[in-house]
Amino acid sequence: MKGMALKKATRDAYGEALVELGKTNPKIVVLDADLSQSTKTVGFAREFPDRFIQVGIAEQDLIGTAAGLALAGKIPFASTFAVFAAGRAYDQIRNTVAYAGLNVKIAATHAGVTVGEDGGSHQMLEDVALMRAIPGMTVIVPADGIEAAAAVKAVAEYTGPVYLRMGRGAWPLIFDEAYEFRMGKATLIEDGDAATIIACGIMVSQALEAAKLLKSHGIQVRVLDMATVKPIDTEAIVKAAQETGAIVTAEEHNILGGLGGAVAEVLVETHPVPMERVGVKDVFGRSGRPDELLKHYGLTPEAIVTAIQKVIARKA
Amino acid sequence: MASCKQQKIEALSGQARVLRQRVIEMLGESGSGHPGGSLSAADIMAVLYWHEMRVDPSRPDWPERDRFILSKGHAAPILYACLAEKGYFPVDDLLTLRKLNSHLQGHPDMKQTPGVEASTGSLGQGLSIANGMALAAKLDGGEYRVYALLGDGELEEGMVWEAVMTSSHYNLDNLVAIVDYNKLQIDGDVREVMGITDVARRFRSFGWVAIDIDGHDIGQIISALNLARGTKGQPTVIVAHTVKGKGVSFMENQVGWHGSAPSPEQVEQALAELAGGKE
Repeated sequence: MKGMALKKATRDAYGEALVELGKTNPKIVVLDADLSQSTKTVGFAREFPDRFIQVGIAEQDLIGTAAGLALAGKIPFASTFAVFAAGRAYDQIRNTVAYAGLNVKIAATHAGVTVGEDGGSHQMLEDVALMRAIPGMTVIVPADGIEAAAAVKAVAEYTGPVYLRMGRGAWPLIFDEAYEFRMGKATLIEDGDAATIIACGIMVSQALEAAKLLKSHGIQVRVLDMATVKPIDTEAIVKAAQETGAIVTAEEHNILGGLGGAVAEVLVETHPVPMERVGVKDVFGRSGRPDELLKHYGLTPEAIVTAIQKVIARKA
Repeated sequence: MASCKQQKIEALSGQARVLRQRVIEMLGESGSGHPGGSLSAADIMAVLYWHEMRVDPSRPDWPERDRFILSKGHAAPILYACLAEKGYFPVDDLLTLRKLNSHLQGHPDMKQTPGVEASTGSLGQGLSIANGMALAAKLDGGEYRVYALLGDGELEEGMVWEAVMTSSHYNLDNLVAIVDYNKLQIDGDVREVMGITDVARRFRSFGWVAIDIDGHDIGQIISALNLARGTKGQPTVIVAHTVKGKGVSFMENQVGWHGSAPSPEQVEQALAELAGGKE
């Protein structure tokens, strides 16, 4: 594990990983809808102009074209902001890509409130819920730049539709280069027995900060990075419930239908324990600096600490 | 030579009649489905599958095959009729249309039916899929061509025009869109529902080559496809003026036959008309 000094945005890691993939795998093609500077597909576009397909501001066509390329044997990565991918092109993802089980990788950036100043129209908070409800869809929310790069490689090797959710801002690197991403498996980052924090995306960093705060109060919690929200690692969740007796989920997403929902679904049918969900409480986002917004919506280490104290109290 | 051409046209016309019979039989058995837009496309489909496209039913995954995308997915019966008559699956399967455990879903499902190139049914999406295939062919130096059949009402979907821009931007001369311009959609005349007129001119303004034809004239369909094949650097749209329900007198130009199945008596009458070759 790193000393949390280096920072990188998952979208930057994605852009770099695409270029690497492009060098070794000629089947990789990348599509973008006029946001290549922001989604970071621009690096691939410069390196492999023939394999980069600009569709303009047309997200429905973005997904449909990617589907056609996949049907012809290509491995398309289609990128735009999360709000336009999972929202505007939902029907294309459902009916053209997922219904047919096509090998399309939807790589969405700018998810969550940390988009910042652009405001609620651009802060996607329900994409994990939407994508998770589609049969056969894999949903991955990497915690840092290292995991994002590893996930990009893993999904290129996997055959089937994938929704990869990434963020705008630079966040601390949690993992080091030796990290091996395993699709569908949670990663134990911190061990403990008082309770477990299950997090994804940038909230893994917040969870680790929370664990540090709790440790200073003599409370040792487990932290699981649940990068693959679907198919979810049921075994790791049940084990955490059995061994720590309480669960807190943390996600930069609506508390409805996302990681918290997925974990709750597992717990109620296996090993119910006290649980709290840290996330955006069923409201839209708004303009502000990312750090201000995280505080505003209660997506902080302190909010996770409070939730942990609550579940521990409920254990008794 | 002329008689040879005439023989070909007659053979294709006969094939279209068989396809129409199959559509009626299938829908009579299933009790639901879309006859109007299946019958209007029968002549186009006969020319595509028995004249224009390079396909091999024994190798549905042959990489060099031409691709057909039924963007107007509700016309699944006419596609299924073609695939069965070509030998992708037994003709008897057609009578299982829309039934539980049938591989013939209400709308085309590529995972279940051999020969179906893409799952469609939610309108407006087929041309984008066809674009992706045509782009892949260009990338790989593939010789295959891609054909997409769209409805006229379907042109109201905004996504169609996103795709129309993409086809011409990437000079997809290996792609042909065919509009089954039968003038009717569920709520009525396409001109009244959403002013669908001058279809060819609209495509031309987006950089396409556009050809207006009588979509029931086999010779005109063949000529238009030849013209498309000879066009370089631009995609071609064939605006096929058709009659919804074509070939069955009581269904022709009747909007009510967009999405309802004939009764046993109506099946009998329709098959009698088709057997008699009545137009």
